Amino acid sequence: MSPKLTTVRVGLRRGWIEFRLTVTNVGEMLGWLWPSLLALLVMYALRDSTVPGTDFSLGAQSIPGILGMNIVLTGMMGLASTLITEREDGTLLRAKAIPNGVPGYLTGKVVSQSGMTAAVLLVVLLPAAFLFDGLELGEVSSWLRLSWVVVLGLVATLPLGALLGAVFHSPQGLGVIMLLLTGMVGISGVFYPITALPEWLQLLGQLFPVYWLGIGMRSALLPETMSAVEIGDSWRLWETLGVLGLWAVLGFALAPRVLGRMARRADGARLASASPAQPASS
Amino acid sequence: MPDRPQPTDAQPAIQTSGLRMRYRSADVLHGVELRAERGEVLALLGPNGAGKTTTVEILEGFRKRSAGDVRVLGTDPTHGDQSWRARLGIVLQAWRDHGRWRVAELLEQLGRSYEPYSTADRPRPYDTGELLRLVGLTEQSDRTVATLSGGQRRRLDVAIGLVGRPEVLFLDEPTVGFDPQARREFHELVRRLPELRDTTILLTTHDLNEAEKLSDRIVILVGGRIVAGGTPAELAERLSRDTEIRYRHGGEAHVTTAGDATGLVRELLARHGESIEDLEVRRPSLEDVYLELVHEAETGRDAAETDRDTAASAAPREVSAA
Repeated sequence: MSPKLTTVRVGLRRGWIEFRLTVTNVGEMLGWLWPSLLALLVMYALRDSTVPGTDFSLGAQSIPGILGMNIVLTGMMGLASTLITEREDGTLLRAKAIPNGVPGYLTGKVVSQSGMTAAVLLVVLLPAAFLFDGLELGEVSSWLRLSWVVVLGLVATLPLGALLGAVFHSPQGLGVIMLLLTGMVGISGVFYPITALPEWLQLLGQLFPVYWLGIGMRSALLPETMSAVEIGDSWRLWETLGVLGLWAVLGFALAPRVLGRMARRADGARLASASPAQPASS
Repeated sequence: MPDRPQPTDAQPAIQTSGLRMRYRSADVLHGVELRAERGEVLALLGPNGAGKTTTVEILEGFRKRSAGDVRVLGTDPTHGDQSWRARLGIVLQAWRDHGRWRVAELLEQLGRSYEPYSTADRPRPYDTGELLRLVGLTEQSDRTVATLSGGQRRRLDVAIGLVGRPEVLFLDEPTVGFDPQARREFHELVRRLPELRDTTILLTTHDLNEAEKLSDRIVILVGGRIVAGGTPAELAERLSRDTEIRYRHGGEAHVTTAGDATGLVRELLARHGESIEDLEVRRPSLEDVYLELVHEAETGRDAAETDRDTAASAAPREVSAA
C-alpha cells in the first residue's frame, strides 16, 4: 500500500480510537456537553415566552442556534485545545519521529474532533426533542440539511481551530479566544433573533461563522414560516454557503503553513521547557 | 513502495564532521566528529549541558545544524525524506503522551505507519505481540499507558523506538530518574537488542557506568567538544597517563605519580631494595579520568563566565578523539 493511503488509514484509525476514548469517558463528555446543557436548561425556563410577532416558543427557536454554537465550541475550540495540549505532552513529537506521522496525526485529530462534534450534537438534540415542541425532526429533508450544515460548518471552522492551536502556546492563552467567542455568540442571534440588535452589531455578527451556523441549523430544524423573523425574511442559504465557504478557504490557505511551522518547531528544546514527566521508579 | 538504493555496508551508519551548532550568540557544539559503524553501540557520554541532546536532535533531523557535514544512513538529516525516517528508531525522553491509550493498541497504531517501508530484509513493522514479549510488557498489553510504572513506560518507549525495525536507534538519556533496579532492568533489555538485527545504537548518557555497560565504544562530549573516544579499555589506557605510586621508605610515607609506573618501581626497588615497604601502584579508574575531564572543562567554563580575561588559559584541553 502506498504511503499516502497508509497515512489516511492510520489517521482514520487514530481518529476512531480517540473518538471512542472520549465518548466513553463520562467526565470528558460532560466537559463538552455542559455549555449546551446549561443553555438548554435556561431556554426550558423560557419555554412559555414566544418569538416576538409569532406564537412560536422562544426556547424551541433557540435550539438550532445552540447546536450551531456547539460546532464552533466542540469542533474549533476542541481541536485548538487538544493541539496545544498534545504539543506540550510529547504526542506531536512522537508523531514527528515516525514516517508520515504528522499528517497521520492531524488526520486523526480532524476525524476524532468531527466525530465528537456530531456526538455532542446528537446528545443535545435528543433531550431537546422531548423538551420543546415545534422542531421538525421527522422530515428527511431536515436531516439532510442538518448534515450539510454540520459538514460545511466543520470544514469552515476546523482549520481555524488548527490555526489557533498552532499559534497559542498554552490552554490559558485560549481563554482570550473563548472570551471573544462568548461575545460573538452574544451578537450572533443564538438565543434571541439577531434582528433585535442595532444594525451595526447585526453586520458585525454576520461576519463570523457562529451566526451562519445558527441560521443554517434553524433552516433545517424550524418550520419554514419561522424564516420570517430572520434578516430579509429568508433562511439565506446561498449566503450561508458563501460566508462559511470563505472562512473555509481562508482556513485552508493559512492552516497548512502555520501547522508546518508548528511541527518543525516542536523539537526537544521547546518541549524541554515544558518539563517532561520524570518517570517514577519501576 | 519507494525503494531507495541501500547504502553499502562500508558506509558508516552515522558520520559527522565539523558539526557546529550556535543558538543566538552561544556556541553549543564546536566541530563535533562522530562515526558509528553499522551494528555498533556508541555511547555519547557527557555532563548535562555538554550538547548531547542537541547532537542527537540534529542526527534525528529534528534540528537544523549551523555548520558541518552530517550523514545518517548516508543521508543528510535536513533533507531526509519519509523513507529515510522509516529506517530510524527514536526513543524519546520521558513524556506523558497517549496516556489514555492501551499499550498494545498504541504500539499497533504507531507500527502501521511503517508498513509501506517493509522490505524482505526487514519486515516492517514488528509484530506487536512479539515486540511486547521482547520488552517484557505482555502482561500489560491491555493496560492504559497512564497506569504503567516509570520503568514499564520506558520499556514501552523502547518498543515504540523498535517497532519499525530500525537500522539506527537513538536512545537519548534513557534512564534519567530511574532507581537502580529499574536501571539494571533497562540495561539488560538494551543489551539484548543488538543481537536481534544489525541495529546501530547511539546512546546519550551522563552516566559512565551506563556507557561502559551498554556500548562498544564511548565518545566523551564536554562543553560541545569531543575530548576523548574509544572502547572503555582504550579510554582508560589512553587517558591514564599518570599512575599513582605509594610506598614507605625509612618510616616515611611517599606518594608520587609517574607515566611509566613500571620503570619507576623497578628503579625504586633497585636503589632501595628491601627498605621499600607498603608499595602500592594504582592506575586511575576510567571514572576518575572522566570526572577529571569534566571538572577541567567545567571549571574552564565557570572561569569564562566569571572572568573573561582568564578564560583562555582555563579553556578545556583538547585531546584527540578516536
